[in-house]
Amino acid sequence: MPSYSRVTLVLLALGFAALALFPLVGETFYIRFFTKIMIYALFAMSLDLLVGYAGLVSLGHAAFFGVATYTVAGFIDKLGIADGFLILPAALAVAAICAAVIGWISIRTTGVYFIMITLALAQMLYYFFNDQLYWGGTDGMNISAKPLLALGGFTLVDLSNRVQFYYTALACLVTAFVMLSVLLRSPFGHALVGIRANEGRMRSLGYDVQRYKLVAFVVAGALAGLAGFLESSRATFATPAYLGWHESGHALMIVILGGMGTLYGPILGAFVLLLMEDYFATLTERWLLIEGLFVMAVALLMPEGLAGLPRRIAALRRRAPENGDG
Amino acid sequence: MADAMLETIGLSRRFGGLAAVQDVSLAIERGVVHAIVGPNGAGKTTLINLLSGDLKPSAGMVRYKGRDITAWPAHKVAHLGIGRSYQKTNIFRDHSAFENCRLAAQARLPGAFDMLRPARSRADVLSRARQALEQCGLADRAQRRAVDMSYGEQRQLELAMLLASEPELLLLDEPLAGMGPEESARVIDLLKRLAATHTLVMIEHDMDAVFAVAERITVMVNGSVLASDTPAAIRANKAVQEAYLGEAVS
Ligand SMILES: Nc1ncnc2c1ncn2[C@@H]1O[C@H](COP(=O)(O)OP(=O)(O)OP(=O)(O)O)[C@@H](O)[C@H]1O
Ligand SMILES: [Mg+2]
Repeated sequence: MPSYSRVTLVLLALGFAALALFPLVGETFYIRFFTKIMIYALFAMSLDLLVGYAGLVSLGHAAFFGVATYTVAGFIDKLGIADGFLILPAALAVAAICAAVIGWISIRTTGVYFIMITLALAQMLYYFFNDQLYWGGTDGMNISAKPLLALGGFTLVDLSNRVQFYYTALACLVTAFVMLSVLLRSPFGHALVGIRANEGRMRSLGYDVQRYKLVAFVVAGALAGLAGFLESSRATFATPAYLGWHESGHALMIVILGGMGTLYGPILGAFVLLLMEDYFATLTERWLLIEGLFVMAVALLMPEGLAGLPRRIAALRRRAPENGDG
Repeated sequence: MADAMLETIGLSRRFGGLAAVQDVSLAIERGVVHAIVGPNGAGKTTLINLLSGDLKPSAGMVRYKGRDITAWPAHKVAHLGIGRSYQKTNIFRDHSAFENCRLAAQARLPGAFDMLRPARSRADVLSRARQALEQCGLADRAQRRAVDMSYGEQRQLELAMLLASEPELLLLDEPLAGMGPEESARVIDLLKRLAATHTLVMIEHDMDAVFAVAERITVMVNGSVLASDTPAAIRANKAVQEAYLGEAVS
């Protein structure tokens, strides 16, 4: 139910503006790196819809991200079709269909069972791609071209141009953010939050709880598919690792670190976590340990995650004039 | 029996070896206030759970307006216009009182699945929620977080949510429990007003309240119906006096 405070809104606008201006000043390496971060932010944001709003802690979200990467690979290198306006909807559809099937099965359970069954079903998809030589097995597939986004011979967006790709990723991130904000402000979004708070009462009020959960699962899966489309276009490969529980867990860490139930928290989380990973990976081989400790510390000390900071600042500001007056 | 709105036929529910509700056949007539009384553990709440679809019976049938709804899930039952309140307060603790009622008001209206328009822009939903709070005397508590309200207020909110969803048939599980005398009197007043336009099934331990509003009384003991009759007949019933009323009514 996003009703952002004014401080948060200002910070958000500043943040997006900074991202929009960054390519004018940023080094090539960081333009590339930020592109990747925004893709993972989008992926984590889609997971936040489930974890932070619907109360569905999925540990299999990477499956939808991953099947989209293989859809891109399949179109370009198996079918020889590079038309992005065909590949993009196909990738979203494949991700959404997988989410519908996995969601339909998993929403019958709750709590720990839900976590386990999403994990198990996603791992099945992981092993499907891992074991099939047709899809490159463990090595995955190199994708020989980037999807073409052209209309009538005129290239709208050139994904092999790093700046254009950067803005494409940013546009997708902002669009997803706005879309999800609208969704969460709607009766549907309020119902999701109600279901997380008190499922039984929602049911007895007349809400078809399972249907709400399934739709949320499919929307989140499709957005993860969008992130997968971008990632495979960026990295020009598809690998089983994209579907694995590591990737799902990583996204969950981003959500928790950034602050769940906020949408913008996962953006913050993605920037902090990926920049940190990059920094520590050059320093020490034990960066996974450092990362784990850091995320745990944040989760324990700031249950609202990094996104809780603006609210704390807002609270301080509110208190300040009171003190001044008397 | 011709104008029975809600009917149960041989309704039973077992929990393991315990028969919480046993072979209950009841007819709730349209427009009537029907009280269900009985000692603790008699199976009253379980019976309501069976009527609302929160629980499925082990045997027997529930019929609403002639339709077999025994296997219907709770949310579909709600859409028929059967609403319920809970004995154990069941609200959205972190939502404001108003938001609690708004969610309730939104539930049965077309557009509950709307993903585009802001939820708080629905004038019909907002006015229903506001009205429900007023009816229950909570208008000045609208913005208070449910968890910060007094116990009595939470009980009234429980009722306000039910009213906001505008059911035809109200299943009330101890609506007066935990309320002070003033709150209690106000709710009894409200129930009397609702009785003019609604059908009420009401579990209640407060026998004065029961005799003040009920037109039919069903006495349950150990999962079974001991008697089901008019208040005067129930008062005069020997078996009921022995089993239950003797202690409750001086
Ligand atoms: N979910 C359940 N699982 C097992 N036993 C249950 C369950 N619900 C109720 N019971 C048992 O069924 C019997 C009837 O319980 P119920 O809550 O219907 O009684 P009641 O008439 O509402 O009592 P009270 O006046 O105390 O509210 C009790 O013995 C209770 O322990
Ligand atoms: Mg009870």
